[in-house]
Amino acid sequence: MALASTDVTVAAVADRLRGRRADVSGRVFLGLLLAALGLTVVTLVTLLVSVTQDAMPVLQGGAVLEREKSPDIDAENLTVTVFGETIPLEAREDPVTGGTRYYRVSERSLGSFLSNGVNFTRPAENGISQGIFGTLGIAVMVILFALPLGIGAAIYLEEYAADSRLTRFIDVNIRNLAGVPSIVYGILGFTILVKALGPITGGRSLLSAGITMAVLVLPIVIITAAEAIRAVPDSLREAGFGVGATRWEVVRHHVLPYALPGILTGAMLSLARALGEAAPLILVGAQTGFFTDPTGALDRITGSFTALPMQVFNFTRQPGEILKVQAAAGTIVILLLIVLAVNATGIILRNRFEAKRS
Amino acid sequence: MSDTTTSTGMRVPGVTPTDGGGVGNEVFRLENLNVYYGSFRAVRDVDLGVQQNAITAFIGPSGCGKSTVLRCLNRMNDLIASARVEGGVKYHGIDLYDPKVDPVEVRRRIGMVFQKPNPFPKSIYDNIAFGPRISGFKGDLDELVERTLRQAALWDEVKDRLKESAMGMSGGQQQRLCIARALATDPDVLLMDEPCSALDPIATGRIEDLLQELKERYTVVIVTHNMQQAARVSERTAFFTAEVDTDNDRRTGLLIEYDLTENIFSNPADERTENYVTGRFG
Repeated sequence: MALASTDVTVAAVADRLRGRRADVSGRVFLGLLLAALGLTVVTLVTLLVSVTQDAMPVLQGGAVLEREKSPDIDAENLTVTVFGETIPLEAREDPVTGGTRYYRVSERSLGSFLSNGVNFTRPAENGISQGIFGTLGIAVMVILFALPLGIGAAIYLEEYAADSRLTRFIDVNIRNLAGVPSIVYGILGFTILVKALGPITGGRSLLSAGITMAVLVLPIVIITAAEAIRAVPDSLREAGFGVGATRWEVVRHHVLPYALPGILTGAMLSLARALGEAAPLILVGAQTGFFTDPTGALDRITGSFTALPMQVFNFTRQPGEILKVQAAAGTIVILLLIVLAVNATGIILRNRFEAKRS
Repeated sequence: MSDTTTSTGMRVPGVTPTDGGGVGNEVFRLENLNVYYGSFRAVRDVDLGVQQNAITAFIGPSGCGKSTVLRCLNRMNDLIASARVEGGVKYHGIDLYDPKVDPVEVRRRIGMVFQKPNPFPKSIYDNIAFGPRISGFKGDLDELVERTLRQAALWDEVKDRLKESAMGMSGGQQQRLCIARALATDPDVLLMDEPCSALDPIATGRIEDLLQELKERYTVVIVTHNMQQAARVSERTAFFTAEVDTDNDRRTGLLIEYDLTENIFSNPADERTENYVTGRFG
């Protein structure tokens, strides 16, 4: 670039420096990026607002009208007698036929929604305590089974295994397994855990569901943990070996602490996935209606169960606003809160470990 | 082969000038060393001896195998799955690649400092203490940390912030910390792989001064890209170069000449050495 060419004067240079070139493609690109972000945010906010709005009657509590169809209705006094108990009713005009419909008026609160069991006959007393227990139970089992197995396998593959044809084959297969639809894991859980190992797992039990979910997320745990371990700089390993550390000491003192934030991120993503899956639960036999809670610690694990995603599915199949919309939305909000709590814990832990390694 | 003089000269240890002119105790003796990465030969036919309590420099252009040879001296090449070593690497007469030799113990005795400062992302104190702790050090750890930091000329700068992260230090300080860390396992030899290439001239000067003190107690082998550095700090210099295989454009490193540093730089026996040290090549 020779500035000394004949037509370039100081003034021309100054003009060039001051004048901005029209960067059309750059601006269009920036616009597209903003549009993408905007669309994403709008979609997510709409979804959250809509669900929360539907769930408001459940979250806030208040009076609920339940249709009473009993033949024993005393239309004069507006009461109905069930099992010797007299319950007041409210009469409303049927908008379609013009006849009269009778409703029970009950109080519902968030507390009862969280602490009651499934109740389709009295929707106002319906609750999701069984689903919450099941979902938390699955979370614990995923943490107990999938994380140690997955992280262990990842450490072996990254730090110990030789780069042989076998390990590459295993690696490719683990990656493929991560893409297998969850319903397939459901079938696996049904065949092996519910049927073949039924005497041990209790068949259609929380234990079967927890192990199925653990197997479902295992590939994701392995892949994310392996990526995190691969991201540990080799210079750190060399430093460890250089002062006479064994491979175990290098892994224990340097590789794992450095990779831990990344491993945790993967673990949290996996856990959130396990908590949100419904398809495998259908196959391993989560309860779809009313059931009595098993008693005793062992029975709660090897007995009947359900989980929140399954309950959302079940509620939406019931007639009536109270279950179909309100209870389903309320359950979704609770499920989202649990997932949020899991992720928040993960982020806090990750930040703590990240601060440690700098 | 044009380097017959070199090879024949080196086969007689401690006598000819091409053995580095050494008469002291030999710490290392490389005999017909060949290093392969898979089927590719990275270094061929290296013979040389390293003298005790002296600084030996490996110089040469990029890809000449000097770092590879250095990493054979404490079995660091074991960490590369495809690497394979043939020939003898004798340390005080013991073959380091004997199946009975424990590479972990080798690395405790033969410490290493790397090209890029690589402190652990831990406190300054823990950086030094890690090596002694894992090797079952029973004495006064505080005293050891202070002593090694003094040896590495770093104590005065960091004595008030031993509990702070080593990642907050300057590059030169980090590299001296890495030297202190290597000294903390009480090694016999210090291998340095271009320890100053990431440092500014002032930090480099400090490390070169430090090397002069360290050689009183340790044997130092240093790989360097910087010929002036080799000339300044070392007693003996080995010049490596690379043969390029025109078929596949891969480089195989080989030792051209090994002698007293002053001979290498003022009166080299091989033309290739002369071309390199006078800046005509490489």
